[in-house]
Amino acid sequence: MAAQILFFLLATVAIAAGLGMLLSRNPVGSALWLVLNLFCIAGLYLTLNAEFIAVVQILVYAGAIMVLFLFVIMLLNLDVLPEIKDIEWKKVFGFTLGMGVLGLLSFVVASSLDILPNEISARRAAEVGSATSLGEVLFTQYALPLEVIGILLLAATIGAVMLAKRKPV
Amino acid sequence: MAVPWYWSALLAFVVVNFLLISASVLVYAERKISAAMQNRPGPNRVGPVGFLQPFADVAKLLLKENIVPYLANPFVHSLAPFLMVVIAMTTGALIPFAKGVVVADLGVGVLVLLALTSISVYGITLAGWSSNSKFSLLGGLRSAAQMISYELSMGLAVVSVILIAGTLNLTEIVESQAGGMSLLGWNLFRNPIGATIFIVTAFAETNRTPFDLPEAEQELVGGYHTEYSGMKFGMFFLAEYVNFFVASFFIVTLFFGGYLIPFQSALVSAVPALDGSIWLSLLQVMTLILKAGFFAYLFIWVRWTLPRFKYNQLMTLGWKYLLPIALVNVLVIALIISLFRTF
Amino acid sequence: MLAEYGPFFIQLGLAIVLAFAFLKGAALLGPSRPNRIKQMPYESGMDPIGTARTRYSVKFYLVAMIFIVFDVEVVFLYPWAASFERFLDAGVGLEVLGVVTIFVIILAVGLVYDIKKGGLEFD
Repeated sequence: MAAQILFFLLATVAIAAGLGMLLSRNPVGSALWLVLNLFCIAGLYLTLNAEFIAVVQILVYAGAIMVLFLFVIMLLNLDVLPEIKDIEWKKVFGFTLGMGVLGLLSFVVASSLDILPNEISARRAAEVGSATSLGEVLFTQYALPLEVIGILLLAATIGAVMLAKRKPV
Repeated sequence: MAVPWYWSALLAFVVVNFLLISASVLVYAERKISAAMQNRPGPNRVGPVGFLQPFADVAKLLLKENIVPYLANPFVHSLAPFLMVVIAMTTGALIPFAKGVVVADLGVGVLVLLALTSISVYGITLAGWSSNSKFSLLGGLRSAAQMISYELSMGLAVVSVILIAGTLNLTEIVESQAGGMSLLGWNLFRNPIGATIFIVTAFAETNRTPFDLPEAEQELVGGYHTEYSGMKFGMFFLAEYVNFFVASFFIVTLFFGGYLIPFQSALVSAVPALDGSIWLSLLQVMTLILKAGFFAYLFIWVRWTLPRFKYNQLMTLGWKYLLPIALVNVLVIALIISLFRTF
Repeated sequence: MLAEYGPFFIQLGLAIVLAFAFLKGAALLGPSRPNRIKQMPYESGMDPIGTARTRYSVKFYLVAMIFIVFDVEVVFLYPWAASFERFLDAGVGLEVLGVVTIFVIILAVGLVYDIKKGGLEFD
């Protein structure tokens, strides 16, 4: 039960942080909101008993990808965006209402599909979500996809070097 | 592991205070040791042999004005030292001080440690960006590039430890080094290259000399903390000392037998009453602090002995030497383990 | 499992309280008399020239890109290292090691390419 309360709490903060990222007028502010959002998502994984995925979420997304984002913001010297002036309250109201209905419908669909975290799914996740059980299937059953990921990462490396070093040195 | 929550809370409180006090002791130790190395007396006015100097410094820093440069971002300017202190203090939760004496005994403890290390880049980068000063920004950028470069080799050194121990839990990693009278079983002897890489990267991650380019007084004034004054500067200072002390603890935990007392099994069989008693735990805590104290001394010793790297040397060392060596080390250790097991 | 993380968050909470106390304590105890000269960014005693937020070398960006690639690689190695013992018990240790070696070599090609192209030269 506590896990479910935490789930909804973290989900709310995650959505709020996402909105903060979109509405923030300062690029670094946006990046920081996104970091908060990533932490909440890591927390969500934790409530689902997937501690390995939760830590990797922070390690890769917050620790590596967001650092790159910050670099880009600092390198490009992005200016502070102009303030949003005229908020059309009618649109805001309509949007909120529409999203509310959508959320309600998704909740109904989700609960009928039985995908909300519960005792059984949490126990199952603890069994399959650990680093060891993940490794066991990743390096045997999914060995070929793993090598393909390796090639994808290689392509990313070469692409980055090509873009940054266009002229021969 | 049914530890009541108030016991964990008490332990966490003790650990935070222990780190605070040890930081001030280390500041004093660093100033005294550097003074001895440079043949001068060092702090000797406040308290007996100057021992109260760090406390006087804290009082002074608290009473100083907090200056925020114009056009700086005041919120981020405060957030950066805040993050540094929070991350440095939180890492202490993962240290196994003795068997069963650890604030948070997590199943993926090693990875949580690495995740916290990777987040501490933010503190320095944001400090550099938010100050609106050229020195700060350069220091912040340099430091971020340095920390992420060495984080990879650190991660790979940890992978080689995980391979040997077969677990991600820090307590179990310590217990896996209990062979060979709790001395020859240390990962230092089973994985010397990994140990060397981890110690080097620990210096780089804590921004200590010879990797202190982010602050490089002679060229960047103070680097990322040029524009910090008063207690905010004090927080960076505190975080630096807590960081390298905690790093010493993790060097010991991963490679030097952690809390295991050398010849522990002989000691326990000689004095059977000790087995499982609180005295054994106390002895283990003392052993761990002694071992970590040695590495804290190493951090200080190196700082006052070695000159700083040039930036291109730093990048060359990180990417062209440490990373390939760490990768090969991981594969070789895996090969050795599997050959031992198969034949 | 969530309960295991309780103490960790207790320590996190204590650390946050401590850092907050430092910031607030300094703000309460210290004076606050800002003026324009005092708030000038330090530039060796001269008036600051231009803005501090200028553009910087693209090499930092390149380092961050390569870092992400290798960070993902290392993340894949953690579950392998943790379950290596089980692979050995199942008798597939060397096969899995072969898979990992190929994976590492593919990425090492990228590192060698980057070094040869001078992407990590900071002279």
